Formats: sequence, C-alpha cells, structure tokens
Amino acid sequence: MRNLFSFIIRYYFFFLFLLLETVAILLVIQQQHYQRAFFVSSANFLAGNVYKLTSGITDYLSLGKVNRQLAEENARLLDLTGSSFLKTDTLEFIHNDTVFLRRFQYINAGVINNSVTRRNNFLTLNKGRKHGIEPDMGVITFNGVVGIVTNVSENFSSVISLLHKDMQISARLTKNDQIGTLIWEGHDYRKVTLTYIPTHVELSTGDTLVTSGFSVIFPPNIFIGTIGQFKIRRGDNFYTAEIDLALDFNSLKYVQVVKDLMNDELRELESQTQNVTR
Amino acid sequence: MHIRLFRHIGHFVVLLIIQIMILNNIRFGGYINPYIYVLFILLLPVDIKGWLLLLLAFATGLIVDLFSDTHGMHAAATVFLAFARPGVIRMVSGRSDFDPGTVPLISVMGASWVLLYSLVLILLHHSLLFFLEIFRLSEVVVTLGRILLSSGFTLIMVFLGFLFLDKTDKRGR
Repeated sequence: MRNLFSFIIRYYFFFLFLLLETVAILLVIQQQHYQRAFFVSSANFLAGNVYKLTSGITDYLSLGKVNRQLAEENARLLDLTGSSFLKTDTLEFIHNDTVFLRRFQYINAGVINNSVTRRNNFLTLNKGRKHGIEPDMGVITFNGVVGIVTNVSENFSSVISLLHKDMQISARLTKNDQIGTLIWEGHDYRKVTLTYIPTHVELSTGDTLVTSGFSVIFPPNIFIGTIGQFKIRRGDNFYTAEIDLALDFNSLKYVQVVKDLMNDELRELESQTQNVTR
Repeated sequence: MHIRLFRHIGHFVVLLIIQIMILNNIRFGGYINPYIYVLFILLLPVDIKGWLLLLLAFATGLIVDLFSDTHGMHAAATVFLAFARPGVIRMVSGRSDFDPGTVPLISVMGASWVLLYSLVLILLHHSLLFFLEIFRLSEVVVTLGRILLSSGFTLIMVFLGFLFLDKTDKRGR
C-alpha cells in the first residue's frame, strides 16, 4: 500500500493529467449524447450575460450591413407600390375569331353489354379505335355520367361504369358551386353517394348536381342527379349525401364518348407543374 | 514574486478576453480558428509545480469551453498541452536546470527557442482540439489542414504576444 502511494506520488503529474483529461473527455462525450444538457454551455448565466453584452457591441459593428439589407428591402417594397406604375389608360384588346374554340367532340356509341348488379360493373360499346375512341375518354349521356373508357379494340371499347368501387367523380352543386366527390357504395344502381361537401354549406333535398369539369375526362355541367337524404356521419366534418341518379343504368342504349381536344395540352401543363413543385 | 503573480493574472484575464470577445467571433475563411489563450500556459514559470500547471490548464480550458459551447474540448486540449510542456522544455533546451522562477521569454530564452517551444505545444494542443471537435476519423485530411492552418495563425499571434511582452518587460525593468 505504501509502495502504491509512493508510486502515485512519484508519478502524480501523470496521474493528475490522466484524471483531468478523463474528466474533460467525459464532458466531450456527454455533449455528444445530450445536446446542451450539461452545465458547460452558454445557456449558463454568466456566459449568457457576457454574450448579451458582446452582442450589444457587435450589433453596432454590423449596423452597416443591416442598413443595406433594409434599404434593399425598401427598394423592393417601393417597387410594388402603385406610384411606381404608369397609368396608361389604353387598354388593348386582341380580337380574333376563335372566341369559341372547340374543346369537346362527342362520338355516339351503342351499349352492347352492361351490368348493374355486381359490385364492379363494366359496359361494352360498339365502337372502338377505328372510330376514334381512346382509353381514358369519358362516357356520358344527356342526363348523366356513365363511366370511363379503359380498353379499346379495333371495333369495341370497354368502359368502367360509374357503378365501380374505383370510380370517383368530381361533382358540383349548381346552387352554390360547392365541389364534392361521387362514389358508388355498391347497393343500389339508382343511387350514388356524394361526400366531401363541408358542413357549413347549406344542403337541401332536391339540389341538383352536375359534373365539375375539373378533370379532362368529363365536360362541365353534365347533369348527374338530385340530392336525396343526407347526414353528417359521426366524426366527419362533411356531409354524406345520397344522390338519386337521373340516369337509369339498367336501360342504357346509346351513349356519347367524350373526346377532349385539349387533353394533351392540359395533361402536359399539369405534369410540368407537378414536376416543378415536387 | 508578487509582481510576477499579478503579471500572470493579468495575462490570464487579457488573453481570455481577447479569445472570447474577439477571436471566438472571427472565422478566418471558415477553417482557421486561432487560440491565443494558450499563451497563458506557455508563459507560466518553467519550474511551476506540476499539479498547479495542470489545474491552471484545466481551469483555463474550461472557461474557454464555457464561452464557446465546446463542452470540455478546450479543457482536454489545454491539459494535454500542460502535460507535454515540461517534456517539451527539456527537449527544446536540452537541459532542465533553470534558475528558480524563470519565465520563458524571448529575452531569457532566445527567439528560436521560444518559436520552437511554442510551435510544438501549439501543434499538440490544436491536434487534440480539432480531432475532439470532429470526433471521428473520417475527415482526417480536412482536419489536418485545419490543424496546420490554425496552428500557424495561433503561432503568429503567440509570437507577437511574446514580442510584445518582451518590450513591456524591458521597459518595466
């Protein structure tokens, strides 16, 4: 024991070094694990006050830079005010005779197969690629939305019916232009369900519903049906309304396939926008 | 003796103020961080008691840590510097028999002695400091660059400090 003591005393310089170095490195490691959790931090009262003092001094040193930033900001704001615009009073009009540019074309087609009883229903039309029908075209009648073309052969095309679990159609209430989504819950082929109409909107039985025209598939203002019963489901903040379809799916004979002439332009624009914002 | 003590206290205060108020707020090119406060340890008497040297180094480092949010890195580096100091003094001067109370100044030891002594200790201090700061070995090259650049700047400042002290010392006599 005495030997050990004399050993430590003899080499105390080294042992004290080891001790202090260990303490210091423990502090470093501690900091790696608990950010700012230790007393050695500038959140510390003394250091905090000293830094308040120094930043009071250095703030003066950076006044020039702050002034320049403020001046730049002022110039930018001045640039936006009305006084920096010249009033010309000469409105220009561009006249051209394409005021009514054709957007939609309709191809008449006959229904040669149809179902309404399954959960997912399809139709088959008697016209196909030869007649200008392409996938993703909408199918309507004068009083309702029928579905969307999925596959096209030379002479026929098959259509996903509105009565399908994957169909969602954007619809608009004519009285207040509120937009909702139509889905089919699979029970009755004369009724679909309208959702996502917020609860602050006044809804009443008999309100008419048309297509919104937000998609490139269906033209706007195609009559869909009228609102029947509606309610707010527990926990939801939008209505769930039953829509009485104007269209009788069980007696479909002829439909119109919608060709959107600006389809490509719109899709390209929208995909560009999505690419930019992504 | 008392005048010497006050002198060291003066070094301590002035160097820490320069370090914390000025140098800590300056980033020369993002890589260079001079740490002039090590001059305080370099200026301690050659025959200072070992325990006092280590404790003073620890305290100095801890105070710098307190103001730099570095959590013990400066303490570790400065303690390491203090630990290496007696050996470096022996190595640089080739002898260990100094007059009691000898302070390593240019007028006492000569410029080249001071330069070499400072260079070795600053390199040791900065090496440990920057590697503790990185705390991994994946950026060795960048860290070595930082160590060399910062050591160079610290050495210049420390040497200027020595020169300045030498002048004031002569005037004082």
